[in-house]
Amino acid sequence: MSGTFVGMPAFPAAAREALSDAQLRRNLAHATSTIRAKRAAVVGEVDEWEELRLAGAAIKDNVLHHLDEHLLRLEQSLTERGATVHWARDAAEACEIVASIARRHDADEVVKVKSMATQEIGLNEALAAHGITAWETDLAELIVQLGDDLPSHILVPAIHRNRAEIREIFRERMAAAGRPAPENLSDVPRELAAAARLHLREKFLRAKVAVSGANFAIAETGTLVVVESEGNGRMCLTLPEVLVSVVGIEKILPAWSDLDVFLQLLPRSSTGERMNPYTSMWSGGTEGQEAHVVLLDNGRTRALADEVGRQALRCIRCSACLNVCPVYERTGGHAYGSVYPGPIGAILNPLLRGVGVDEQTDSLPYASSLCGACFEVCPVRIDIPEVLVHLRSQVVDAHRAGPPKGEAVAMKSAAWVLSGARRLSWAERGMGVAGRVLNRLGRKVMPGGRRALGRLPWPGSLWSNARDVPAPPAESFRARWRREGRR
Amino acid sequence: MKVAVQVTCINDAMFPDTGEAVFTLLRRLGVAADFPAAQTCCAQPMVNTGYLDEAVPVVRNFVDAFAGYDAIVTPSGSCAGSVRHQHAMVARRSGDGRLAAAVARTSPKVYELTEFLVDVLGVTDVGAYFPHRVTYHPTCHSLRMLGVGDRPLRLLRAVRGIDLVELPAADECCGFGGTFAVKNAETSTAMGADKARHVLDTGAEVLVAGDNSCLLHIGGLLSRQRTGVRVMHLAEVLARTEDA
Repeated sequence: MSGTFVGMPAFPAAAREALSDAQLRRNLAHATSTIRAKRAAVVGEVDEWEELRLAGAAIKDNVLHHLDEHLLRLEQSLTERGATVHWARDAAEACEIVASIARRHDADEVVKVKSMATQEIGLNEALAAHGITAWETDLAELIVQLGDDLPSHILVPAIHRNRAEIREIFRERMAAAGRPAPENLSDVPRELAAAARLHLREKFLRAKVAVSGANFAIAETGTLVVVESEGNGRMCLTLPEVLVSVVGIEKILPAWSDLDVFLQLLPRSSTGERMNPYTSMWSGGTEGQEAHVVLLDNGRTRALADEVGRQALRCIRCSACLNVCPVYERTGGHAYGSVYPGPIGAILNPLLRGVGVDEQTDSLPYASSLCGACFEVCPVRIDIPEVLVHLRSQVVDAHRAGPPKGEAVAMKSAAWVLSGARRLSWAERGMGVAGRVLNRLGRKVMPGGRRALGRLPWPGSLWSNARDVPAPPAESFRARWRREGRR
Repeated sequence: MKVAVQVTCINDAMFPDTGEAVFTLLRRLGVAADFPAAQTCCAQPMVNTGYLDEAVPVVRNFVDAFAGYDAIVTPSGSCAGSVRHQHAMVARRSGDGRLAAAVARTSPKVYELTEFLVDVLGVTDVGAYFPHRVTYHPTCHSLRMLGVGDRPLRLLRAVRGIDLVELPAADECCGFGGTFAVKNAETSTAMGADKARHVLDTGAEVLVAGDNSCLLHIGGLLSRQRTGVRVMHLAEVLARTEDA
């Protein structure tokens, strides 16, 4: 895969490009509105949904508060069931562990179960540097990989593509990656899926090493759980001789019985289904299989140290927040410059990487209108708007030492004016004078009879390029109140 | 009951008629409310942009200006939400225990206008007359931060002469979002354009909402597109009678 998020522009610039792509916006609007409606319908069926959300949040909070204990318990259970446990501080360590296991088995290719953790650490690229080819077996991941593209959604990485585009990718790229697409392939979904199935089958049967992530890791029993829709994951988990699972340290559930809550929350929130088609659970390897588990930090302990932000580690990667977000719907996932796009990406990336590191990461907490729709649908009640505001304050604080930006000057001045009524009153008088002048110059009358200002110079143009601005009134409310002597 | 009106800074400076309408309406319902002249802003512009230190003196001014009132009524879901959900955070950040205590005393007394009318005064028919085709946009902070529910619609349905039509995708954000509107101007405009299209689909003459900031954005787009649709604050509709 040649696509990479490294060096992506900050959100506003990346969003501008996406917004000008009419096809992309149509694809996204269609896909997100469809899944949004499905989710709303199946969530509406569950009377105790709010109780389930609270239970999910509480279980995850418990895990996070005692993460050290749960992790040691998980390591012990996994080891007892024959798995080898590895600890990885960052992406480089995790990739190195996976590569060395593959090398030890003389594997020059691995099959992969769709996994956010391996995407996050750039495993495919790292393996390629070792001469090992990683084959994605999830249909949407396959589309992204064959298209030299980047994922744009947590659950449906190729959501930005329509079926005509997918047909072209299959026809042009499948042959170079293995079994070619059938002659005369149409863009009927069933035919596209059949082509992918044939293409992948030879890879499942050939591969000696598989790589997966895990949706949940149960500390009590040493059980890893993968929830999926297509069955490709089940093939990877059971067929190859060696299975390596890369698992974020926040994926723990303390006990087997906790799974009950999450197997209700996850499918309804993510695919809008009552239950997903495949749920695979394994404790150690299947018979004769060598099982490895890589426990990944990669910024999670940094996020954990953030009192307000740590709730983001409850995330079960359902993507409900993406599907409901009006910003995501219009900009798509690539604009977020990460495998974690949308509202959760806007908080998770800065929490994992830290703020003040680069402009792109610092732009993410601002990639939201704070409408709150994400919090409303989150199955584990992550208050994303609260975390966004908290992270914005961290971004501002990280830049306080440097030369002040125009925005900082504007905010400081506004705060000075707004911290005393007399100062505000002077400012309003100034606006009133300007308003009287502008009222005479402004030709356009807005519906309702008020005059509109013309196009303003920068930074006012950021507003007035697309929107009319009513001229300020000649008199503010407080001035009128005072003049009429009402007090 | 000693009642104050938080006119809000944007209404004070840009939409004085909304402040006027709130007093007219309250007077008609028998409430003599004050305009504490020391008031300025709820500090939301600073808080939502991440300038928490800068927000401290603004919050301090707010609690001082409204000390001693039993109820503080505001024609803005967004400002009410800011007071209830953000003032405590700002006070905590300041490390000033007295400010934190003052915030804890003041914040629970803040009511968004429709909450005050329906919950405190117990009225849904405020005696208004407005013979126009109207559609209503529930602003995000009213809807989700405050949970005002159908209170605004109950008030609107009781208005005589009104032809109230439902807005498609009403609960989707209009894209204003405070400084989001300029920091991510193109995205904001794209969201607003869809909202404007939905408004046009209703055939309404007037778009009504409980927040002038959102209306400034949607109304600005509607005006630029020469749609002829006007925007009005809910308070201004509720203040209209057959005499005025």
